[in-house]
Amino acid sequence: MDPVTSPQTAPSTPKPQQAGQGEARATVAADAEPRLVTEGITVHYGNVVGVRDVSLTFRDKTVTALIGPSGCGKTTFLRSLNRMHDLTRGVKVSGRAVLDGTDIYANGVDPVTIRRRIGMVFQKPTPFPTMSIYDNVVAGLKLVGIRDRALLDEVAERSLRQAALWDEVKDRLKAPAAGISGGQQQRLSIARALAVEAEVLLMDEPTSSLDPQSTMRIEELIQELKDTVTIIIVTHNMQQAARVSDYTAFFYEGDLIEVSDTNRMFTNPKEQRTNDYITGRFG
Amino acid sequence: MAVTAPAAPGTLGRLATVTPENLRRRYRRDRLMIGLLVVATTVVLVPLLIIVWYVVSNGISAVLTADFYTQDLGSPARALQGRPTGLGHTILGTMVVDGLALLIAVPIGVGAGIMLSEYPDHPLNPVLRILNDTLNGMPAILKGLLAFSLIVKPMGTFSGFSGAVALAFVMLPILARATEGVLRIIPWSIREAGLALGLPRWRVVLNTVLPAARVGVVTGILIAFARAAGEAAPLLFTSFGNNFFSSTPLRYLMGPVDTLPARLYSLAISPYKEWHAMGWGAGVILLVLVIVTFVGTRIVTRARHTTDL
Amino acid sequence: MDRTLTASELIRRPTHPIYRRLGDRVFQVVVVTLGLSIIALALLLAEVLLVEGWEPLRRFGFFGFLTGTTWDPVRGVFGTWPFIVGTLITAVASLALSFLPAIGVAIFSAEYAPRWLASIIDTIVDLLAAVPSVVVGIWGIFVLVPLMQNHVYLPVYYWAFENAPGLLPVLGPPAGYNLVTATIVLALMIVPYTTALARDAIRLVPRSQREAARALGATRWEVMRMAVLPYARGAIVAGAILSFGRAIGETMAVAMLIGNSNTLPFTFFGPAATMPSVIVNEFREAVEDLHLASLMTVGFYLFLISLTVNLIAAWLQRKLAVGGRAL
Repeated sequence: MDPVTSPQTAPSTPKPQQAGQGEARATVAADAEPRLVTEGITVHYGNVVGVRDVSLTFRDKTVTALIGPSGCGKTTFLRSLNRMHDLTRGVKVSGRAVLDGTDIYANGVDPVTIRRRIGMVFQKPTPFPTMSIYDNVVAGLKLVGIRDRALLDEVAERSLRQAALWDEVKDRLKAPAAGISGGQQQRLSIARALAVEAEVLLMDEPTSSLDPQSTMRIEELIQELKDTVTIIIVTHNMQQAARVSDYTAFFYEGDLIEVSDTNRMFTNPKEQRTNDYITGRFG
Repeated sequence: MAVTAPAAPGTLGRLATVTPENLRRRYRRDRLMIGLLVVATTVVLVPLLIIVWYVVSNGISAVLTADFYTQDLGSPARALQGRPTGLGHTILGTMVVDGLALLIAVPIGVGAGIMLSEYPDHPLNPVLRILNDTLNGMPAILKGLLAFSLIVKPMGTFSGFSGAVALAFVMLPILARATEGVLRIIPWSIREAGLALGLPRWRVVLNTVLPAARVGVVTGILIAFARAAGEAAPLLFTSFGNNFFSSTPLRYLMGPVDTLPARLYSLAISPYKEWHAMGWGAGVILLVLVIVTFVGTRIVTRARHTTDL
Repeated sequence: MDRTLTASELIRRPTHPIYRRLGDRVFQVVVVTLGLSIIALALLLAEVLLVEGWEPLRRFGFFGFLTGTTWDPVRGVFGTWPFIVGTLITAVASLALSFLPAIGVAIFSAEYAPRWLASIIDTIVDLLAAVPSVVVGIWGIFVLVPLMQNHVYLPVYYWAFENAPGLLPVLGPPAGYNLVTATIVLALMIVPYTTALARDAIRLVPRSQREAARALGATRWEVMRMAVLPYARGAIVAGAILSFGRAIGETMAVAMLIGNSNTLPFTFFGPAATMPSVIVNEFREAVEDLHLASLMTVGFYLFLISLTVNLIAAWLQRKLAVGGRAL
């Protein structure tokens, strides 16, 4: 079997970082190693602060949900985690986001490389509509010049299986990606991110444009995927957060208000505002 | 089963790896493409700006004389002997022909646009859309041939009127398309609000929808005008041309009349140096006309945000 | 009206059924009539060109006139083949010359240039698209033709004369007014048009497509190549075909610069003609009825070609559009 995964540099275990200088301190038990740690992430849109001084630790092979009312900065924060703000005019990110000991915002760190390790799935499915299903999955590999047919086939199958899509599309891999259903397109988008072996998967309300059935498939998929990747999911749906996540972080008006393991968050939040939000008093 | 286990987390699989060398190569291509794009932009824009520059610098002296606006052209001898000569009759003729063309085209074009946008269920609507686009794609010279056959031949004479009709043919499809485009932007809720008040449909269109789309309609008219005002081909065998002021105002409509684009053509291919200078001058006036119209569209669209260029 | 009505009174004010029904009726009839007049105009255009150009069609036959290579007003023999050849050569060559630079400008303006620069470029492009054909024509006569004659046509001709006499029949006599000049000018004239259409198509590509590519670790150019350009390709290609249609119908600048020869074979440096240019140059001088009618027939064929090109553009746009079935 082809050792697709030759171990590279062993991840330099980040020191148990001071995962929060602000009001919000991650208080969960250290049951998994930290994988991605942010320190004082602040995002400015021009003169407006979108996200203020957020320090969070995302642990390996866990699902963290970011919740909060719309406009609270959760998506903005998520997009700062793989430098998606880089090319947007007028957006400035400060602070650190440390992936395996390296600050992704440090000088000399290349955003293109970072985005391959921290994949992203968007609100609406984003298959490349002119490509076939197969070409969509391996798009990220072709980018770096991988042309080996056998390898591409293997990765395509593996990624599609991981994304629980293989059985539905295996007979029409060459069909246009625009022709499958919305839920399938979203799983295709996930497969595409998995194909480049992203270690961290950012999901920005991945089910908000899907029907309940497809939503359920994606949620199941998230549960399966956390055996291999670290998932950070933005959702406006608190039930979803409760169902899929291990940890939940509550954002409000650009601030991280509270983070804790999901059970505790939904049964016994510490902050009054969190309580108000999850009991539906605002938002 | 040839499916490998997924990459163990924390180890970077070979697939995710972007080697520094690979990265350098890709960024090099990125920079190379930017370079090529800048070159393309320069190669395209510079020659075109050079054309504008040549026209202005060669024509400016002609248009800065009073004679250019007050005298008519006369025979070549006049220019050769240095007697006063100008394109006053041409400018006057252009105003008559272009103005009349607008008068003909605007009601029809806007009306057709209203039909396209407000009566989408009318059985002839798709036919109108297809044929309007077809008409829009037809070379202007064919519209000149049409006006020649429909008007010049029966009348037995070239005339400003036939020129105006030919230009109206050029304007019509542009107007209809532009009007449809801007009316479509107006949300249906505005129409429903009017209908819910008990207003009949025609009042809703005339008093609510059209005023809301006013800016866009004006922009469409300006664009159609700019397109038609520069056309020479359809005028060569309709309004034909004339070296003199017409004797009576009616003669501008019923007799051959000069227009700037057509006159520019005949001056440019004439053998007289003095006439060439006036040809450049006509070019300057045409450019100014286009630029003024263009700036006009920018001003009205900036005033409100309904661009549909 | 003796007093001002309040709003609610205005709203409830009963309107006369005649005012309602009849008003709507009349309005619809007026609007539909105006729409019908455009329909009639389009049909009339085809009909008039066909009727006016009937006699040559009758005499030489549809294909006879199409493929006839002789255009001789003196002998009264007419065929439109030389002009079709001239039209297609200049249009194809000018599109080939201008397509890539136009796409380059479009990409640069839509994706790379900072906002202030992009708005300057866009303004210039839109403005240049509106420069009248005759204005480009006069520049061609007094600037481009002498320039090309002295620095390209004559040197190349002399070089060929001494070194490669075999090329001379292809190059033709170095008249400044020729196919090459006309092609260059045509390319300059359609470039802003292609650019504007491609630019708008690129701008319409959803942001999510770019972000999806970027999230896969694509560089800026790779985002263009993998997400943006494929997404916009339908509109870009259709825009290029529309530009091609423009080049086919472009009249004045070509008529002023192509030299006007109605005899095949055309050479690079020798005079030639296109369908619009022959109509412009001969229509006012045509005295024989058959000559005039033949020019109308040329117009009819020009109509058919333009129609075909426009239909192809519309079809391609639909076929290549994202979400279209025939991918």
